[in-house]
Amino acid sequence: MNNPQQLRYSKEHEWLSAAEEGVSTIGITEHAANALGDVVFVQLPAVGDSVTAGETCGELESTKSVSDLYSPVDGEVTEINEDVVSDPSLVNTAPFEGGWLFKVKVSGEPDDLLSADEYTAFTG
Amino acid sequence: MTEAPRRTALDATHRALGATMTDFAGWDMPLRYGSERDEHVAVRTRAGLFDLSHMGEITVTGSGAADLLDFALVGNIGGVAVGRARYTMICDAEGGILDDLIVYRLGETEYMVVANASNAQVVLDALTERADGFDAEVRDDRDAYALLAVQGPESPGILKGLTDADLDGLKYYAGLPGTVAGVPALIARTGYTGEDGFELFVRPADAVALWEALTEAGKDAGLVPCGLSCRDTLRLEAGMPLYGHELTTDTTPFDAGLGRVVKFEKTTNGGDFVGRAALEAARDRAEANPPRKLVGLIAEGRRVPRAGYPVVGPDGAVIGEVTSGAPSPTLGKPVAMAYVDAAHAAPGTAGVAVDIRGTHEPYEVVALPFYKREK
Repeated sequence: MNNPQQLRYSKEHEWLSAAEEGVSTIGITEHAANALGDVVFVQLPAVGDSVTAGETCGELESTKSVSDLYSPVDGEVTEINEDVVSDPSLVNTAPFEGGWLFKVKVSGEPDDLLSADEYTAFTG
Repeated sequence: MTEAPRRTALDATHRALGATMTDFAGWDMPLRYGSERDEHVAVRTRAGLFDLSHMGEITVTGSGAADLLDFALVGNIGGVAVGRARYTMICDAEGGILDDLIVYRLGETEYMVVANASNAQVVLDALTERADGFDAEVRDDRDAYALLAVQGPESPGILKGLTDADLDGLKYYAGLPGTVAGVPALIARTGYTGEDGFELFVRPADAVALWEALTEAGKDAGLVPCGLSCRDTLRLEAGMPLYGHELTTDTTPFDAGLGRVVKFEKTTNGGDFVGRAALEAARDRAEANPPRKLVGLIAEGRRVPRAGYPVVGPDGAVIGEVTSGAPSPTLGKPVAMAYVDAAHAAPGTAGVAVDIRGTHEPYEVVALPFYKREK
């Protein structure tokens, strides 16, 4: 499974980009996308919402199941990916690129985020 | 302690194809090989190949076989012609559905009963118990067969090149012994996808060779291996009930809207069969006071209803329950089967919604099935 080195990962299978001017991009990993199967609906937080690390902020609906979406960090949502709202299959086809979910102005992060290698080992 | 999952004769083939495996009724089965949506579309437009070896085969033989099955099942099994098959059910004494079945009449005194994997032992036990006093033998043949299914509009063409059997003469819900790709098979024109297709019962030792031959023969026609995930969306679109969802021991065939499978006019055993009195009562109850009806629901939005979610009416009161739900690849919208109070069950009933984790999402009530193939 491809886990880009420049990203960090949560044990709930979100990825988090390095902050640019305090803003990080968040998505779910290829591992999670594969486990979900074909994603058919995403419900994302609204711009301006506060999110808290480890807490639910949306949901991902696939053919067989619905999964909560967690935020890997604390912060305020600055942007959501409208492309993925209209075409949820981007989560499957490009989880680390066009299938990103939302951006957060990070105000705090937990100390258990994983590196790419640690996440690869975690999902072993 | 949980028992190790059982593996079909095709297990190594599935793993080599990169299948995502899942536990299903104690069997390790392919859920999907790639995208379940692509597999679904392949079956609707071309062809799909399924391993269904987890299904439970039970052979019933002897001069009393027809009488036994007439007594043990709700259908008129003695009336099935040799070479034909029938969809039927086995009920308990209270009329509750123990399983839905397909019964093939292979010979004058030989039948094959195919049960759902999750109920195979229950059906075997019930048939064995009910055989007492009949000149019939009930044989557990679960390990005697692998079952492969080729489903989709291209399936007759794919199979034709591999068999001398008269496929044109093989009607829907019929089965005949023959040879496919050189291996002996019971060739049945049945399936669970809403498409034309065939189910091939073969010896487990022949399963891999047959799978490979079908894969090769279907290559140009676009045949792909398919898992249980797309099988569920295919049968849902076709409005076919699934045991554990639409059918349970708490449901009689009349409550499931499938009262037509119960035949009270049997000539064998003095007309008696297991569950008769309870089913007569269920029929009368259904006529006098219509029970919840099994309907189709089509979403206006994109959130997917799941089994167990409440169906609500215009005033927000619960009027039913979803039994199966999924995004429909063919319709491009989420769909569901649900039991709904008769007052709200008519197609087009206004104001029906599904409570999806606290939000009432509007749904259109439609008659089943969602999808019917053009013949």
